[in-house]
Order: sequence, then C-alpha cells, then structure tokens
Amino acid sequence: MNKLWRGAATPSARLAYLLLLPAALVVFGVVLYPAGRALVISLYDVDSPFPGAYPWVGLRNYTAVLSDPRVWTAAGHTLYFTMTSTAAELVLGCGLALLLAAPLRFRWLFRSIVILPWALPTIVNGAMWRLILNAEYGVLNSVLTRLHLIDSYRSWLGTDPFLALNMVVLADVWKNTSLVAFFLLAGLSTIPRELYEAARVDGAGALLAFRRITLPLLVPTIAIVLVLRTIEAFKVFDIVYAMTGGGPANGTQTITFFTYLQAFSSQRFSVGAALAYLTVFTVLGLAIVYLRLLRQGELRAR
Amino acid sequence: MTPRRGYRIFVQVAAAVASAVILAPFGWLLYASVVAQTDLLERPLRWWPSSLSLGRYAGILSGSEQLFRDALINSVVVATGTVAVSLLIGVLGGYALARLRFPFRRSTLFAFLITYMLPPISLIIPLYLLMSRFGLLDTKAGLVIVYCSLVTPFTLWTMSNFFGTLPVELEEAARVDGCSRLGALFRVILPLSRPGVVATGLFGFLLCWDEFLYALIFTSTSDAKTIPVAIAEFTGRNAVDFGLIAAAGVLAAVPPLLITMFFQRYLLDGLSSGAVKG
Repeated sequence: MNKLWRGAATPSARLAYLLLLPAALVVFGVVLYPAGRALVISLYDVDSPFPGAYPWVGLRNYTAVLSDPRVWTAAGHTLYFTMTSTAAELVLGCGLALLLAAPLRFRWLFRSIVILPWALPTIVNGAMWRLILNAEYGVLNSVLTRLHLIDSYRSWLGTDPFLALNMVVLADVWKNTSLVAFFLLAGLSTIPRELYEAARVDGAGALLAFRRITLPLLVPTIAIVLVLRTIEAFKVFDIVYAMTGGGPANGTQTITFFTYLQAFSSQRFSVGAALAYLTVFTVLGLAIVYLRLLRQGELRAR
Repeated sequence: MTPRRGYRIFVQVAAAVASAVILAPFGWLLYASVVAQTDLLERPLRWWPSSLSLGRYAGILSGSEQLFRDALINSVVVATGTVAVSLLIGVLGGYALARLRFPFRRSTLFAFLITYMLPPISLIIPLYLLMSRFGLLDTKAGLVIVYCSLVTPFTLWTMSNFFGTLPVELEEAARVDGCSRLGALFRVILPLSRPGVVATGLFGFLLCWDEFLYALIFTSTSDAKTIPVAIAEFTGRNAVDFGLIAAAGVLAAVPPLLITMFFQRYLLDGLSSGAVKG
C-alpha cells in the first residue's frame, strides 16, 4: 500500500468522504451521468423521449451539425453577442467602478442604485426591454419622437435582424454592467493608495496614472471577469427567449437557442446533444486561450 | 485647488447620469404596472396618467390571475427547498474540505467547481429523458433536485472558505471537552458561521429565482411552473397587456431586489472575496 491509499483509510479521511457523499451524489448524479449520457446520445439517432432501440450513427450528427449553415449563422450571432456585450460591460463597468470608488456625496445611495440591475431576474429584464422597445406603444419610440430624434415610430425588435440583435446586447449590457463594476471595484480596492501619491509627486496626471497603474494592476480581475462573462454570454438563452424569441428572420438565434429548438421543438435530441458538446469544447477552449493571453499580457506589464 | 473641484463636480454629475440610466427602465416598469391600459396604448404616450390603480397587483396576489400567483408560489417553494437542501449538504461537505485531511482534497473541490463551466444545455437533453422516465417532469421535487446540482458546488465552496476563516482552537477546545467532530460542527462552528450561512443561502436563493432554461423544459403546468417561465410565456403570447406583464415583473423582482438591498454588505463581500482570490 502506498502512502496515498493509507491516507485514504484514516478515520478523518473516512469521515470526510462520508460528509462529502451527499454533495457528490447530488452534483455528479445530476451532472456527470447526464454528461456521459449526452455523449452517447450524440452518437445515436434519438428522436423521441421514450426508451427504445435507436440506430447508431457514429459521428454523423457532428458532421451534420458542422455542415449546417444555420449553425454557423447562430454561432456568428453568439460570437457577436459575446464580444460586443463583454467589451461594453468591461468598459462601462470600469467607469462605474471608478465612480463607485470616487469621493461621492451620496456614495451609499449610488452603490444601492448600481446593484439593482444585477438583482433583476433576467427574464423580467427581457420582458421589460421588450415593453420599452415595442414598435407601436413602446416608451422609447415615444421619447425619441418627442425629442425629434426620430420622425416616426420604429420597430426595434421586429424587422431588422441586426438592429434586434443589438437591442438584445443593449438589454444585456444594462443588466450585467453592474456585476462587472462590483468585481472591478473589488480589484480596485486592492491597489495601494501610495502608488497614486507617488505618481502625483512625479507629476503624472490622472489619465497617465490610470493607464500606468490602475489598468495593469486590474489585469487579473479583468481576466476573471472576461472569462466569467464569456462563459455566461456563450450560454445566452433567457434574454433572447424573452425579448425576440430568436426572431426576426432568426436574426437573434444564438447557439443555445438553436440547440434548444433542435432538441425540443424538432425532437432531434441527438443533433442537439452533438451541438451541446461542440459548445462545451468551444467554451473550454476559449477560456484556456483567454487565460493564456492575459497571463502573457500580465507578464509584459511587469 | 480648482482642478480637484472640477473633478468632484464631474464625478457627481457622472454618478447622477449613471443613476438616471439605471433607474429609468425600473421607473417605467413600475409606472406601466399601475396606470390604465388605455394610457399605455396612447400614441404618442400620455405623460400624465389619467388614473392609477393597484388592481393588477391585487389580481395577481388574490389569485384571479391564477397563472402568476401559482408561479410565484412555486418559485418560492422550489427556491426555499433547494436552498435548505444544498445548505445542509454544503455545510457538511464544506466542513470536510476546510478541516479534515484526506487525499485529493483540492482536486475534489475543483471537480465540484468545474461543473459550473458546463452549459446547462449540454445536460438538459439526457436530464429530460431521465426525468420523464422517473416521473419527475413537471414536479417541484424534480426542479429542486436539478437546482441542487447548480447551487451545491457554490455552497460547498463558500462554506469551506468561511469555515477556513474561523480559528481552529475553538473547535479543539470543544473536542477536548468531549465533543465529537460533528458535535463541534453543529454546536460551536455553525452558530459562529451565521453570516456565512446567511450570505450563501441568499445567493443560492437568487440563483434559483433567476433560473429559466431548466424550468422552461422541465415544467409545463401550474403544478411546477416558476415565475420566469410564466412571465416569458405570457409575454410571448400576449404582447399587448403591458400592465399585467409589468406588474408580474415587479412582483418577480421584489424578492431579489429586497434581498440585495438589505444584505448588500454580505453579498458584496462574498463576491469580492471570490473575485480577489480567484
């Protein structure tokens, strides 16, 4: 018996396994087994929710998915959504974080206001923006016409697919910038004040100090936010479902939304499972690439 | 010093603008929930409402808008049940991760956390097939089981972090006095961990309250349908009843908004310690 296995038999180890057992049962039972099942399903042609004998098709579901132009369109929408929303949330979140750290008169009030969108349920957020952007009765149309910024009511979500996609991005940014801001604020609070004082003594202006001190020292936090938000944005489903239902002309269909339609509207469970697996690999790959890039950037900044 | 003063004013103005951008949609949602339908459908919009009424809220809460009331109740039941179960599981497992020595301790925690990376869409197909086989589709119990798998990795992690911050000596003293390990956990450690337990529970509640994809697929009637599903369905079907959608939205937003307002400190500390530690 080697040392490790002897370690596994001590009373404290046995108690530890006992205590962790319920967690393992719940999490891995509901995650690990289905994850394995999904892989199996993706190799067969399962087209109904009932047990039965389904034909083995090997990797054909995967090749079918990869050669389906609709998948690539949906992937393009997902990529666009992920990049624009994450970029906007980082830039705006950085501004908000600086404001939250600034000497404000009603700081506690501002804090409480900024946290609000984060607490709003995603579906409510989607429904709310759908009402605001409504083509005939929406408040945005009304405000913009009063201000003479547009001359007639516009359909923000209904006709132009690209405009609709941008509106979904807008709603997402409105909600999630607040979370990003609080993450960055936590990062800001770890930067020693003396650095700024030293910079001021050396005659550096606020902008230079921001570029040379704040930004480089925020890189680790930015990295975490970037990875988390990318993973989240890649999974985007709720807000699309509530705001546009994938339309107009499938212009806001994201990869998760397309997978959902394949599996649960068309009952093509195997195609859905293959798509889901491709999504998992893409997300993991993206996360790894990101972390590597940012680590390099961090090294260079030092 | 004039530039400092200019900066102060600039910051103040910027904060006011940001607040307005954040509050305006909320204001609109509230407004739409209390004014008459005819005001909402006027073009261009009426700025001054002809009448205000809380009738829609009364309708939902008293049950004449059955769909929403049932969904609200289901959401509360499912979220509370999930939090109770996964807190208990998380306290036990978190204690093991924080205090006991055993091989593969770090990898165990990591294995739990990595499940968060998997998009739910990749699990949902086999889960659907499984649940249909066990008769768990469209039941609150089924949803609680699935949600526990979402919330438990999180409760494990935060509880083990929290236990890690408590001094070991307290527990050792209790054990010298004849407490077993579990006795020490429940009699000494847990009472001291109330802030951690509260923050973790609230976060879990928020997670469940917001969840949509699983609820959409796994529920179909008012037996288990949660409030996000009810709102999404109603919004999709009935595009013009703005007021009712708005009122249901406000009601769905009230619990998480209250939680975040009152427990801001707890939640933000939890968030930021996670962010800084990575």
